[in-house]
Amino acid sequence: MTSQRLTMFEKIWSRHVVAEGPGGQALLYVDRHLLHEGSTHALARLERKGRPVRRPEACLATADHYVSTEPRAVVSTEPRAVVSTEPGAVVPTEPGTGEIADPEIRAMVADLDRHSRRLGITFFGRGEPRQGIVHVIGPEQGATQPGITLVCGDSHTATHGAFGALACGIGSTEVEHVLATQCLWQRRPRVMRITVTGTRPFGVAAKDVILAVIARIGAGGGVGHAIEYAGPVIRAMSMDERMTVCNMSIEAGARAGMVAPDETTFAYLEGRPLAPRGEMWPRALDFWKTVPSDADAAFDREVTLDAAELAPTVTWGTSPQDALPITGHVPDPATVGDPARRASMARALAYMALTPGAPLAGTAVSRVFIGSCTNSRLEDLRAAAAVAKGRRAAVPAWVVPGSGPIKRAAEAEGLDRVFTEAGFEWREPGCSMCVGMNGDTATEGERVASTSNRNFEGRQGKGARTHLMSPAMAAAAAVTGRLTDVRTLGR
Amino acid sequence: MEPFTRLTAVAAPMDLPNIDTDRVIPARFLRKPREAGFGPLLFHDVRFDAAGASRTDFVLNQPGYRDAKVLVTAENFGCGSSREMAVWALVDYGIRVVIGPSFGDIFFENCFKNGALAVVLPGGVAAGLRRALGERPGATVTVDLETQTITGPAGEAIRFEIDAFRKQGLLTGQDEVEMTLARLPAIEAFEARRRDEMPWLG
Repeated sequence: MTSQRLTMFEKIWSRHVVAEGPGGQALLYVDRHLLHEGSTHALARLERKGRPVRRPEACLATADHYVSTEPRAVVSTEPRAVVSTEPGAVVPTEPGTGEIADPEIRAMVADLDRHSRRLGITFFGRGEPRQGIVHVIGPEQGATQPGITLVCGDSHTATHGAFGALACGIGSTEVEHVLATQCLWQRRPRVMRITVTGTRPFGVAAKDVILAVIARIGAGGGVGHAIEYAGPVIRAMSMDERMTVCNMSIEAGARAGMVAPDETTFAYLEGRPLAPRGEMWPRALDFWKTVPSDADAAFDREVTLDAAELAPTVTWGTSPQDALPITGHVPDPATVGDPARRASMARALAYMALTPGAPLAGTAVSRVFIGSCTNSRLEDLRAAAAVAKGRRAAVPAWVVPGSGPIKRAAEAEGLDRVFTEAGFEWREPGCSMCVGMNGDTATEGERVASTSNRNFEGRQGKGARTHLMSPAMAAAAAVTGRLTDVRTLGR
Repeated sequence: MEPFTRLTAVAAPMDLPNIDTDRVIPARFLRKPREAGFGPLLFHDVRFDAAGASRTDFVLNQPGYRDAKVLVTAENFGCGSSREMAVWALVDYGIRVVIGPSFGDIFFENCFKNGALAVVLPGGVAAGLRRALGERPGATVTVDLETQTITGPAGEAIRFEIDAFRKQGLLTGQDEVEMTLARLPAIEAFEARRRDEMPWLG
């Protein structure tokens, strides 16, 4: 008898099935639920219906989408109250809405604060030292762990898959369902393995790897799939880099993206506030080592990329799949046979105000954004600072760290001074200009070099034009005022 | 949730692939309360010009398609952000059915949670339907969930697949939380087992 070889996805999935439903649906147990201001619609419905939250201690909430990232005149880095790191602890912080002028935006942050207090959910409001982007703070606090299921009402929840968790973005009704039941009805997706072979050439960041993956399989290539990223290039990546890769799985259509946990994962987690401690640590570690896919496990689809062929990459269009090496040229719709694709390209180029055949490098940008759940972690800031150091920003450039701890760690290394001396603006943690809903937006017609995850029409503000790229490439664009191959800048 | 059974209505074609939920509803509107009504915000920035006037290059503003309650889309409609307001906007506008070759996974799920039916058809069949609707503005289709059949503008019957769970949910408009809480003993048993096997998760 041959034993069944299982993928990491299958192991986590089968371990979390509470009940089977009709039509191949399964009721999955949810180990961790992350909340942000967008979750308040669901919290309000629960309150109206008088339904309790089944496990407030499994929830962690933060203000990120709607907070202002405006630098504060007096920046308090002191906790405002005794801060407990126990899950479920109510952290009595100020909602930090004082700086928000728009009453609707202010209400979003205040509502999350109120619901968190009402329900006993740990909440990091603005001014709380651990506040930050939801997909940054989960791993940072150690809430994100191998082998767990984790959901959040945000499509970039796949980020947490970098730890070998099954992490999915869900809608608002599903958020309500998870709050009330701690479970979620799901239809089992197919599993795709994307193997990145070889070694990354000089100047090629994790962001370049995932942009190349999306360009290869397409914005819809991962629909109906969970992706496992594998191969020597992924294995050699730090946790910050793996999070960047998994984060953009949804940009390839996949709700979940995962990397097998290994020593890099365990070293990252050890000692984090919500990670297992004491006698629990070795028990958890033993379990975590069983999470990776078995050798010879079968995947529904296999894709392989050779890292040697990758280069620093930028997007030219209005879908993340519209990505090319910075050495490339704006594509010409006239050369495309498929009429739908041709029309789509022509529309994207009109929106982006780009001329077919023009070199991508040299395209003038109006502003630069370094931040977002894709690229706001310490290593991202270091990569950008290495380029900014000793140079001068030619256009407005914002650096928005992903969380309070990252901001303070960067300041301890002097990265904030590198940025400010180069004329970059060093801001407070939040989603900022990635989401276009908190007041941080670009204006109509502005061209933004951005480390965020979506170049959709209007994403960074109505009529704003977004080019996605790595932090080093964004810093290079800032100091030259143009899309620039960071490898040509020298030291 | 309002149940869905059968609908005969004008259908509008949308030929561009990868229409993301940011385009369906821009981020700046997401902070509106559900009660505010999202219909006027549907496709806002491509539907209206800067002065708020209807743009004639947008399909739902064109003669014949203004009363559409069905959209026939291209690949990967509803990709991107998980914002459920994309579906709220469609439903509030009056669109109860979206038909296409593929959808963003989260958008697809969100449809069924709001009484909207998302139908996946083979790419060629969906393209044929879009072409037929493009040639005959104002043509109607009938979508029958019980029999899993779409009747196209020329009277042709197109069978579609849908899983039993989603079909039942739409037909009855059932409250999913109630349904799940009916399985509370299974959830409690799972939690007890999990506390033994993975006590570090609390």
